[in-house]
Amino acid sequence: MSGPFTALFLREVRLAVRVGGGALMGVLFFLIVVTVIPFGIGPDLNLLNRIGPAILWIGALLATLLALDRLFQADREDGSLDLLLMGGHPLELVVVVKCLAHWAATGLPLVIATPILSIFVNLEPIQIGAVVATLLVGTPALTFIGAIGAALTVTLRRGGLLLAILVLPSTIPVLIFGVSAANAAVSEPMPFMTPFLYLAAVSLISTVIGPVAAAAALRSGQD
Amino acid sequence: MRLIGVDLLCERGGRRVFSGLGFAVSGGEALVVTGPNGAGKSSLLRVIAGLVRHDAGTITLEGGDDELPVPAQCHYAGHYDALKPSLTVMENLSFWQSFFEVPGLDPLDALDELEIGHLADLPGAYLSAGQRRRLALARLLVARRPVWLLDEPTSALDRRSEAKLTALMNAHVADGGIVMAATHTPLELVNRRELQIGRPQA
Repeated sequence: MSGPFTALFLREVRLAVRVGGGALMGVLFFLIVVTVIPFGIGPDLNLLNRIGPAILWIGALLATLLALDRLFQADREDGSLDLLLMGGHPLELVVVVKCLAHWAATGLPLVIATPILSIFVNLEPIQIGAVVATLLVGTPALTFIGAIGAALTVTLRRGGLLLAILVLPSTIPVLIFGVSAANAAVSEPMPFMTPFLYLAAVSLISTVIGPVAAAAALRSGQD
Repeated sequence: MRLIGVDLLCERGGRRVFSGLGFAVSGGEALVVTGPNGAGKSSLLRVIAGLVRHDAGTITLEGGDDELPVPAQCHYAGHYDALKPSLTVMENLSFWQSFFEVPGLDPLDALDELEIGHLADLPGAYLSAGQRRRLALARLLVARRPVWLLDEPTSALDRRSEAKLTALMNAHVADGGIVMAATHTPLELVNRRELQIGRPQA
């Protein structure tokens, strides 16, 4: 018998990677977004190189949002959420574990796919490293902030759009620091570490606030 | 052990479901909640399970574990079976055993008990309604909790499974547990008492 939270983590990852889960969808969506943009902009390699980090970041942001609306909704619809609430474990921790599993199944594959997609937008190796590092640090923040929106919209049948409208504005700081750190890696006077550390700080703060707020939203949504 | 509800008031969507409702059920007793549709049977069970807020009144479990809140000592089997279609029957059941973290029957024994042991490796998506329900009931066996809250537990069950469920409920009661069930099926329960909920005032 494994611990309750290990069991929950494994269950979430299994659900995400099996049929009907959202893990593969996120990466495919990321791929499509990043591939379509060069077609729209045209073969201007310098331009692509300049806006490449931003394209990758926005693609990752949208791909993360894509699977988030099912984070709690799937469990609510089949009655699992009731049992998770009755487990006798703090709901905040349940949310943390669900978010970590969600990130491992949908966020981490985006980070892994980034080096290949970076070639599409003509990034140099050092830029690729910077984008991967910022995404690795920044995507957990997207998941934890998104969890608040997912918990707020859990009772709505088609809450996906509302979720995007609620969550996207709050992810702007993550986007700003993520993209500026990635850009700073190649433009000489700007330091890489300053925006990168701010990004890490935003990530850490949302790791604390996200689960507490999401758990409160889930509790108040129970009826 | 004694589960006591005093002066419970529940309002949902601005409508008063019930008020001034009280009940007491001791270990070794089965309380069957009856009443017309919409009388608040499901709401009462969900209130006890901590899934619906009650606006007034108290629920206590005397002789239970004081460290745990009442819902964490209850099993709730409602209208939904909490079954994940992409996980196998075994994975579904073992997850809940690990999550509830209290000892109980081995998952395979619990499945055998409900006569779905041969389906252990099948993904949940392929189960029939009755098999899904039996899997949901197997959850009550893999983690021992003193209070069972069952909402229409016999729905989708055939005669044979219904008798099996009655036997399980009686065994739980004989073991000193508490069963609260909302059902229209006349189950042959020992130590059966009845709680009649009337039609709410509009």
